[in-house]
Amino acid sequence: MTFFYLFGAVAVIASLLVIAQRNPIYSVLLLIASFGALSGLYVLLDAPFVAVTQIIVYAGAIMVLFLFVVMLLNAPHEDTEHDERVHPLRRPGPMRFGAALAVALVVELLWALTRAGSAGGAFPEGAVISVRAIGKSLFTDYAFPFEVTSLLILVAMVGAVILAKREARQ
Amino acid sequence: MLLLIPLFPLVGFLVNASFGRRLSKGVSGAIACASIILSFAVSAAAVARLVGMPADEREIAQTAFTWITSGDLSVGLTLRLDPLSSVMILVITGIGSLIHIYSTAYMHEERDSEYARYFSYLNLFASFMLVLVLGSSFLVMFVGWEGVGLCSYLLIGFWYQKKSASDAGKKAFIVNRIGDWGFILGVLLIFTRFGTLDFQDLARAVSQLSPEQTFGTLSFITLFLFIGATGKSAQIPLFVWLPDAMEGPTPVSALIHAATMVTAGVYMIGRNAVLFGHAPLTLNIVAVIGTATALIAGTIGLVQNDIKKVLAYSTVSQLGYMFLAMGVGAYAAGIFHLYTHAFFKALLFLGSGAVIHALAGEQDMRTMGRLKKDLPITYWTFVIGAVAIAGVPPFAGFFSKDEILFKSFSSGHTWLWAVGLLTALLTACYMFRLVFMTFHGPSHHEHREPGERHEPHHHLHDAPLPMAVALVVLAVGSVVAGWVGIGGRFEKFLEPSFGEPVASVTPALEQSGSAETLLMWISVAVAVAGIGLAFYFFLKNRPAADRMAQTFSGPHRVLENKYYLDEIYDAAVVQPLQIVSQDGLWKGVDVGVIDRLVNGVAQFVGGTSEILRLFQTGSVRAYAASVFFGVVLVLGYYLWR
Amino acid sequence: MSPTLNDYLILSAILFAIGTAGVFLRRNLITILLSIEIMLNAVNLSFVAFGRSFGTADGQIIVFFVMTVAAAEAAVGLAIVIGLFRHRESLNPDTFTSLKW
Repeated sequence: MTFFYLFGAVAVIASLLVIAQRNPIYSVLLLIASFGALSGLYVLLDAPFVAVTQIIVYAGAIMVLFLFVVMLLNAPHEDTEHDERVHPLRRPGPMRFGAALAVALVVELLWALTRAGSAGGAFPEGAVISVRAIGKSLFTDYAFPFEVTSLLILVAMVGAVILAKREARQ
Repeated sequence: MLLLIPLFPLVGFLVNASFGRRLSKGVSGAIACASIILSFAVSAAAVARLVGMPADEREIAQTAFTWITSGDLSVGLTLRLDPLSSVMILVITGIGSLIHIYSTAYMHEERDSEYARYFSYLNLFASFMLVLVLGSSFLVMFVGWEGVGLCSYLLIGFWYQKKSASDAGKKAFIVNRIGDWGFILGVLLIFTRFGTLDFQDLARAVSQLSPEQTFGTLSFITLFLFIGATGKSAQIPLFVWLPDAMEGPTPVSALIHAATMVTAGVYMIGRNAVLFGHAPLTLNIVAVIGTATALIAGTIGLVQNDIKKVLAYSTVSQLGYMFLAMGVGAYAAGIFHLYTHAFFKALLFLGSGAVIHALAGEQDMRTMGRLKKDLPITYWTFVIGAVAIAGVPPFAGFFSKDEILFKSFSSGHTWLWAVGLLTALLTACYMFRLVFMTFHGPSHHEHREPGERHEPHHHLHDAPLPMAVALVVLAVGSVVAGWVGIGGRFEKFLEPSFGEPVASVTPALEQSGSAETLLMWISVAVAVAGIGLAFYFFLKNRPAADRMAQTFSGPHRVLENKYYLDEIYDAAVVQPLQIVSQDGLWKGVDVGVIDRLVNGVAQFVGGTSEILRLFQTGSVRAYAASVFFGVVLVLGYYLWR
Repeated sequence: MSPTLNDYLILSAILFAIGTAGVFLRRNLITILLSIEIMLNAVNLSFVAFGRSFGTADGQIIVFFVMTVAAAEAAVGLAIVIGLFRHRESLNPDTFTSLKW
């Protein structure tokens, strides 16, 4: 239990800091920390495969990619001031409205959860689900989505290459 | 055979209307005259056949086709000839023929196309009028009723380029229309109450009911019908169109506004004598209005200076006499006066037309005088007509007018008799005033300024042959026409048409000869007195007349301005109507409400679009925010349920 | 006392809300993408928790696919960000407003 609270707290605080930071590099690094906490939570949930995959793929690949892009672009810091000529729906006000909606969503979900009562009970006793079992299920029951996903990755790759290409100079 | 009577003039109308432009005046005139003379011939033959039948079966009917069949109503285009309508068709076609012949000379200065147009209208009018009097049901009669109103409008406004003429035509039509409103209401009430519109069926249905039973409904019905009659026959309050109608050519005034169309109202009452007999209240109203109209018109005619206007008011006045007769239940006397009046009034109008023709369009009597020696035929025929209308025996007017006065006295309406007598005095007076001013006295028409619009007509020629023929024939008629009434033959002839007189309406008529003779002598004395007054004031001692006019200048001005009746109508009816239409309905409702509503809808749509447009900010995050907003709402809804 | 399913779901909800708030509040395209990643991870957590509570492997397999898709999406998204940056020299999403009326 204490682990749960520990990992949970780390994840939440890191996420909050991600969205609060000015410097995008700090955001990326904090997100990696959050992912680490999440990975711990996965271990607590008897899902070691997912935990490791999280570290390898998410923290290791995707975040590194983000880091590359951040440094490549040499992004300037965000400007805080806003001028009056900006369209009213682009001013901070409506954006804060959106954030408030997020809070509303949490409230809704929490309320739903409390109403459900004991539906969310304790986890049943069970063994750790092995990688072997996952692999078996993946290549039999979920074979089709598996192949489609590979196609998806191919498409994404091609797309990324083309989108990021430099304009041909005349 | 009956159908031929209105058919001939209709054919004449069609020919002249379609080809008139290409026909010469001689041909179109001949066609028009031929059609109406043929109609007269057929009418005479039909009447002769009618007379040959036994007295209580005198009726000829002919149906062209079944016009309307709808539910219980079946109306055929049926013409029916009985004693009453036989008198009418002879008057219409006979005097109509004379007027057609007269017109060929009178209208000769018009262009060929206008000439043909005139005759086409005249023929059409004759056709409609014949349908009116021959119709066997209210519907057929109404076709004629409306048709003559239309032709009246067309003919009054014949010289339509002249604004006063087209205005007069419109006025006539509109005032007629107001009367027609009453008429239609009456017809509708008849249909709802009795289920039939045929005259004979209606008379039969009504006569089977007692007066007490039918009093309420019939009073309304007859009142409405009478309103229609006041419009068509120019009685109070709808007579204002007739003097204006003098804008039309004089033969038109003679035919339509003296002899035929304006008598349609009188005929209508005569035709529905049974209905009116069951509504004594309405009959009283008819008599009172008739008498009042006679008096008022007579007073106005006394001070008018336009020769045709005097005759117009005279017509209104004489029509009042006819309605007085109908109102006291003396239907035959009313029709008798209609018949004699047609002769001498047409004669007087045509005579005045000859004067106007000779003076190249001049109508103001103050510029006339001493025309007696230049226009002998015109003069002598005119005098005959004037004497006839004054009611001097043995001329026609005496018989009919005396009959009316006698009947009104003997039926107990002594006041009406007295006013009628006074009006007879006025009639004689103003008519001879006209004669003396026009034909006698110093000649004024040669002493005019050079700048006048009419050139002094030094070669005054008397009426050309067609006009003279018409004048002479009518003059003879004005003398002898009344003689058919001697011994009550005319009345007896018409009796079957009027049904049984209801006992409660006509009190016992005095048959004592002495009272009748006394009243007769009183009438004659009054007529002669009227002529004498005119003689004194307008021939012997003209300045006395002028002095009298100045002494009573107030009343004189009122009379000259026709009791300001036109002005009163304008202020009371026309102006408010215009204000309601223009400011109220047009600006208020149409522009203010309806337009605003429609424009408002458009503006509303535009306004909301302006507001909604702002949501397209271009900021993707705003779009995402709205999507998320929807998610939260939907999720909340499902969770709540 | 071990954590219940509800606890995990609550945590997931909180993380998801944080991610959403980040999308709206930040004016840097990359940070927005990061916030989206946070949201995806919150969902992953839910899936694994549910899978564990049913005792099947399905939850984890779905997480597997989600991660794959997230990777692909991050790649393409960053490529687009690079393209945009080259066009406008700014990472502020409010500068890219061609999609308006």
